[in-house]
Amino acid sequence: MSSVTLDHVSKRFGNVKGVEDVHITIQSGEFFTFLGPSGCGKTTTLRMIAGFYFPSAGRIQFGQQDVTHLPPHKRNTGMVFQNYALFPHMTVFENIAFGLQVRKLPKQDIKEKVERAQRLVHLEGYGERRIDQLSGGQQQRVALARALVIEPQILLLDEPLSNLDAKLREETRYEIKRLQSELGITTIYVTHDQAEAMSMSDRIMVMQGGEVQQIGTPYEVYHRPVNRFVASFIGETNLWEGKIVATDGNLIRVQVAPEIELVGDRANASAIAKLQPGETVTLSIRPEAVEEAGEADAPACNQLAGVVEVAEFTGASVNYVTKIESLQLRSMFVNRGSRVKQAGEPIRLRIPTESIYFIG
Amino acid sequence: MKPELQQTPLPTLPKRRVSFASSPYFVYVLVAPLFLVLLAYVVYPLFQTFVASVQVDGRLSFENYREFFSLEHSSNLEALWTSIYISVLSVITCGIVGVSLAFLLERYEFPGRKILSVLALVPMALPPLIGVLSFTFLYGESGIIPRALKELFQLEQVPFSLKGVWGVLVVHTFTMYTYFFMTASAAIKGLDPSLEEAAANLGANRLTIWRRVILPMLTPSIVASSLLVFMIAMASYTAPLVFGIDRTMTMQVYLSRTNGSLDMAATQSTILSVVSILFLLLMRWYQGARNYQNMSKGISVHRTEVKSKTGKYVAMVLSFIAMVILLLPILVLVLISFSVDGTWTVQILPPEYTVSHYLELFTDSQTWRPVVNSFKLSAIATAGIVVFGVAAAYAMVRLPFRGKTLLDVLIMVPWALPGTVVAINLITAFSEPTIFSFQQVLIGTFWMIPLAYFVRHLPLVFRSTSATLLQMDRSVEEAARNLGASWWYSFRRVVLPMALSGVLAGTLLALVQCIGEFVASILIFTTKTIPLSVAVYQRMYSFEFGTACAYGVLQILLIILVLFVTKRFIGDKNGPVI
Repeated sequence: MSSVTLDHVSKRFGNVKGVEDVHITIQSGEFFTFLGPSGCGKTTTLRMIAGFYFPSAGRIQFGQQDVTHLPPHKRNTGMVFQNYALFPHMTVFENIAFGLQVRKLPKQDIKEKVERAQRLVHLEGYGERRIDQLSGGQQQRVALARALVIEPQILLLDEPLSNLDAKLREETRYEIKRLQSELGITTIYVTHDQAEAMSMSDRIMVMQGGEVQQIGTPYEVYHRPVNRFVASFIGETNLWEGKIVATDGNLIRVQVAPEIELVGDRANASAIAKLQPGETVTLSIRPEAVEEAGEADAPACNQLAGVVEVAEFTGASVNYVTKIESLQLRSMFVNRGSRVKQAGEPIRLRIPTESIYFIG
Repeated sequence: MKPELQQTPLPTLPKRRVSFASSPYFVYVLVAPLFLVLLAYVVYPLFQTFVASVQVDGRLSFENYREFFSLEHSSNLEALWTSIYISVLSVITCGIVGVSLAFLLERYEFPGRKILSVLALVPMALPPLIGVLSFTFLYGESGIIPRALKELFQLEQVPFSLKGVWGVLVVHTFTMYTYFFMTASAAIKGLDPSLEEAAANLGANRLTIWRRVILPMLTPSIVASSLLVFMIAMASYTAPLVFGIDRTMTMQVYLSRTNGSLDMAATQSTILSVVSILFLLLMRWYQGARNYQNMSKGISVHRTEVKSKTGKYVAMVLSFIAMVILLLPILVLVLISFSVDGTWTVQILPPEYTVSHYLELFTDSQTWRPVVNSFKLSAIATAGIVVFGVAAAYAMVRLPFRGKTLLDVLIMVPWALPGTVVAINLITAFSEPTIFSFQQVLIGTFWMIPLAYFVRHLPLVFRSTSATLLQMDRSVEEAARNLGASWWYSFRRVVLPMALSGVLAGTLLALVQCIGEFVASILIFTTKTIPLSVAVYQRMYSFEFGTACAYGVLQILLIILVLFVTKRFIGDKNGPVI
């Protein structure tokens, strides 16, 4: 296992910007995710680590070894491709054995290692199958076994779940996470699916337009997004513009609509937020943080009255879109069996002070 | 559970020195041989022919061109005009036959449809010379059909016979409509029925759907086939030769060459080359510009069934007639191949039969020799075509380098050039020692024909291999590299096995095309190595019809075998290799 360092790495394709100045160290044994919409440069970065592209600027290190210009076949990384890239003219066994044959291992060792790898991904007895006789999920596991059997320093996964159906995706997600923590292998995972990234990763690097937006644990990128893009890309959120009207110690009073003022906490703010009176700020309010205020509750801080525009019952939760003067507020309540409001009904909501996050 | 995989440590990858191979300029070292081969055997001969055409008595002069375009000796202009109008008419007749047949077979269900859709491709199994010969046997002045009709109705004269321009046109239509048929069939198959349904849903009637949806979607394939057929008709040589039309460009080249005025032949060749290359570029441009790729998946063809009783009978009779027309040329060849040489004179059918021609094929060394010659010459040429084609296809699809368009055009040029022109080019280029011929004079040697075959069929393996490589996902090769395979190892173990079907299809096709090659062979063969097709021609002229047809049947069997093998092992996925 080894750590991976990208030292101010950039990649240009002619005049087109690929990625710009990526600077990270991925710890040995870490599950690290590149997350972003398509075209954000996450796959380009991964391919530079695999050696399919060479950076235009910067250096790449595996542990202490500089691999910046090392060709892909000398890097000892195991990669799982988005479409698996299995060799269609070989059997399952031959596919998994390929990397070992390249390394000229004795036949007996190859056999043992391949069988062990097959057990690891639950494909015992499938060795003689042809690739086109396997289901999508099985192909995915062959690809995983083929990448793991060479005992790579680093495991690279390029959107490995995107070709699976929803149920299989969840299963395979656990499977990959289980293998990774069992083997303790440094893993770099590329995805555009924020739920996947949140549930699997030790740390996430959020990218957009070829630039790194934020690097942090799932908790950090969710609760302390550094900018508007990260806040809206990860999870759902309400983004409201407001003007700071007063500050009182740690309490910040913001006017978000002519008749509405909200109070937030100075501690809940990104580094770029300017929390001075008169400044304009963007507020992020997560739907699940919104609370329903009882009929009898006395008017209090951050309490809002509105009308339900859209009511959505998903089983696990009840989601409302509420119109409050000129604003729209999405809210989500865990379904505990209480009555679901209909569109047009009045509703009273409360936003806890600590649930307002200032982006800036 | 502790990690199972890490019980025995793997040996580290063998250390290799960092080579020149990782330099971005290394790719030019790889593609240089490809360009060199094209330069030596395509560009240089073409250029030499041009030089020969503008040199009179060692001086630069356009005398030959003035003569070509002079109105006093109009034979050349007449030839150009005849070539063009025959080609245009061929495009029209082939288009009508090919497209309507494609529609009938793809859109209607009637008795006999399945057999007919297989037989519709029969003309492809006829080598050019053999096809023309069987047409003269069938429909010529002393052909079986006209004579039979004359006997049947007690006429003074034969009621009709194929000759002259009409003969050429009929033969062209029969042999070339398949280009329209195949592309139109593919296009109609690719027409998503939901497009028509969408148009109908939006209120379009049947006629509007045809005018606004179906025809525009077919236009690209029809235009592409028109250009193709025009080029092939311009290059056509055997039909004018057999039907005695001297005033076509290809025949003029042949006649100038046999009369010994090589500079005039060079002039005519150059003009014909210019026309062909212009058409090639036009075709490439058009294929690049068209963009009606069907984007829908899971297309299912819906066929209209012919339901009425009379409709069924009419359809049955018509498809029977079509089948007979399609099969007759081959049947008649088989029949005549059993006839005793020199006995068939004024009778409707050959009077005496024997199997000796087939026995002689394998016992008489005199008869056997051309077959051996052809196989030897073709095998050598095909080996060259495979090595060049695979390397060029890989370079084209996978390697990043400047000059790709140039490479592509240069490879396709010999395919666009008429065989006659290729032969003249090689004759002018290698009548004296050159670097490219290792300081040897190639004319009159064994190597001339393999070289001509190589040049003529150069694109076949290239086309089929690059088609398969394009379908192959690049990430498969990357996966091999990621697992530690060197470039050569992954090429050997992954790329080549996966592209094998394409390579094989192209190789077999190239082999049978070489064996059937006549047009260039007739201009450059030596008496020591007479190839099969030239032998057929010579036997015909000495009235040994039986032997000539036995040769022909052998070629047809070979082609059918190749088509079968290709279809069986490779399927349709590569599409037509043209």
